[in-house]
Amino acid sequence: MEKVLMKGNEIIGEAAIRSGCKVFFGYPITPSTEVVEYLSAHMPKHGGTVLQAEDEIGAINMCYGAACTGTRVMTASSSPGVSLKQEGISYSAAVGLPMVIVNVNRCGPGLGGLGPAQSDYFQSTRGGGHGDYRTIVLAPSKAQELYDYTMMAFDLADKYRNPVLLLTDGFLGQTMEPVVLKERPEAPAVDRDWVVDGARGREKRVLASYSLTNEIGEANNLVWEAKYKDIQEKEQHWEEFYTEDAEYLLVSYGITGRICKSTVLNARKKGIKLGLIRPITLWPYPEKAFLPFKDKVKGIVTVELNTGQMIEDVKLSVECKVPVHLYRRQGGMLPTEHEILDYVENTFGIAAREV
Amino acid sequence: MEKIFGRSKGLTDVPFSFCPGCTHGTIMRLIAEVMEELDIIEDTIGISPVGCAGFSQNFFSCDFIGAAHGRAQAVGIGVKRSLPDRIVFTYQGDGDIAAIGTQHAIHAAARGEKITSIMVNNAIFGMTGGQMAPTTLEGMKTTTSPYGKDVSTTGYPIDLPRLIANLEGAVYVAAVSVDSPKNINQAKKAIKKAFQVQMAGLGFAFVSVLSTCPTNWGISPVDSLQWLRENMMPVYQMGELKVTEEVKSL
Amino acid sequence: MEKVKILSQYCKSCNLCVDICPKKILAIGDKSNQKGYFTVVCTDQEKCISCALCATVCPDVAIEVYK
Repeated sequence: MEKVLMKGNEIIGEAAIRSGCKVFFGYPITPSTEVVEYLSAHMPKHGGTVLQAEDEIGAINMCYGAACTGTRVMTASSSPGVSLKQEGISYSAAVGLPMVIVNVNRCGPGLGGLGPAQSDYFQSTRGGGHGDYRTIVLAPSKAQELYDYTMMAFDLADKYRNPVLLLTDGFLGQTMEPVVLKERPEAPAVDRDWVVDGARGREKRVLASYSLTNEIGEANNLVWEAKYKDIQEKEQHWEEFYTEDAEYLLVSYGITGRICKSTVLNARKKGIKLGLIRPITLWPYPEKAFLPFKDKVKGIVTVELNTGQMIEDVKLSVECKVPVHLYRRQGGMLPTEHEILDYVENTFGIAAREV
Repeated sequence: MEKIFGRSKGLTDVPFSFCPGCTHGTIMRLIAEVMEELDIIEDTIGISPVGCAGFSQNFFSCDFIGAAHGRAQAVGIGVKRSLPDRIVFTYQGDGDIAAIGTQHAIHAAARGEKITSIMVNNAIFGMTGGQMAPTTLEGMKTTTSPYGKDVSTTGYPIDLPRLIANLEGAVYVAAVSVDSPKNINQAKKAIKKAFQVQMAGLGFAFVSVLSTCPTNWGISPVDSLQWLRENMMPVYQMGELKVTEEVKSL
Repeated sequence: MEKVKILSQYCKSCNLCVDICPKKILAIGDKSNQKGYFTVVCTDQEKCISCALCATVCPDVAIEVYK
């Protein structure tokens, strides 16, 4: 297995190629542009096709078309671009199309800035577009996870016939880090009896999502709901860090999840029993992770790069039995591990014991 | 006796859901017959967005995809780029391809995407109940131009085939009509050519078909044909607007 | 034997075939189909010249022609 130094966005591109992604449709937007650039240079060598679309809407609808044929397909963009894609994501979710959508989150609202942010949490985890649907959301926190979760995203998309969002940020996307280019794990066998690829020797197939009969509409919604419940049951993923004896918990994902690990280590040096839950799936939210702690820990701090979005899911997960506070930076700013610890100490009135 | 006219294998046995006298059905018949004659029904994937065209999946016997409003060509390009040996066509109304989805039409043509697009131009939004389209004629009354379309505030009708014909990647562009038996037969020839262009991998093929909307025009089906001839044909350039040398030699 | 056969389940009574028929042998009949349309009938099969103009203009592909 090769270990190489690569930029975060390029890692996503390489992982896509090694996941058997055959078509990519994108549109340049900072800080995600290296994904389309990398794939433009490398994907054709592996028999794939990269097309720079006329716009984000074109790109996502090209993904919709490609996914209808059962071809592994990906697109990548950043926040304003992902907003433009929402209609297409809604249609893709309704038809049940496997595809991977990368959002290298920039800070918003509006045009915003290019710095790291997690301000698209609500958009990502609540469907994002019109109608009641969900996309699976994976949140990497370092280079190796950009690689591994991209591969995981393709398999989950196929397994559940659902769009999967890889939610990263400009910091992860632009940073060069070593990554082990693991060979692709065996892809799960998937049913392709639904794809539209020409009715050769079979009945014609239709992939569409309209239901002009209310009864059919409700039946469709129930089918999707059952799928989402199945995903919620089976696909909650998270990482725990020093949680076993924790009196206080940090909850954070992505780049801040990584910073929080340093905070935990610093706290432990001071004798503060701090732990971390780092959600890997943001939808389904890993509420199971909180079960052992909701009657046990004294307090929780979510660390986010927004006005406080994931904190709602944390409060729901602990059924408001534990005080949950928010430490956040915004607009492209990152917190240091020290300011997070200061906040924890001040919020809970912890007198640090030097050990 | 020999059957000289009947329903094409390219159609399912589902009756069209269009209003009486609407010539959408005529255009669908022509596409179905062309697919059958070229023996490509099993190789073809059709795409239609919303609007009256949005029911197409029920009527064609080939595989079909329903797309979002305006996005049929983008979806079709996704299909074609994934399966280059299949035949892909889009079936779109003027309210779709000449308004909400125009960017995809322009760029599909510019890139020479190897798909076939059929535009049904009846100068109005049909499914939503007769609103003004970018193709609505000057002075024409619709529910959103109740006093007649005022071009000084709402603009002039877009002649999309003329725009498309200017783009290098479009190799066959035709504007036809289905108002009379002669024109219907000409329309079929153009549609057939547009599929043959794709089969030969030559580039983007586009056929605009003038069609009626008796319900929203508020006139009888027979009078609608006359209205189309008198009012639409003088505004929209008709005939084969672009036939490249390669296409001529097909 | 019928030269022009109306597939009445498809007919919507739009009158385009009646208008185009050069022999004027098509008419709106007095029986309605499932959708409630009074479907077209051929009043005189003998006079039909199998020109298929009716089928060509029929937007609902509701006419078969034999020769």
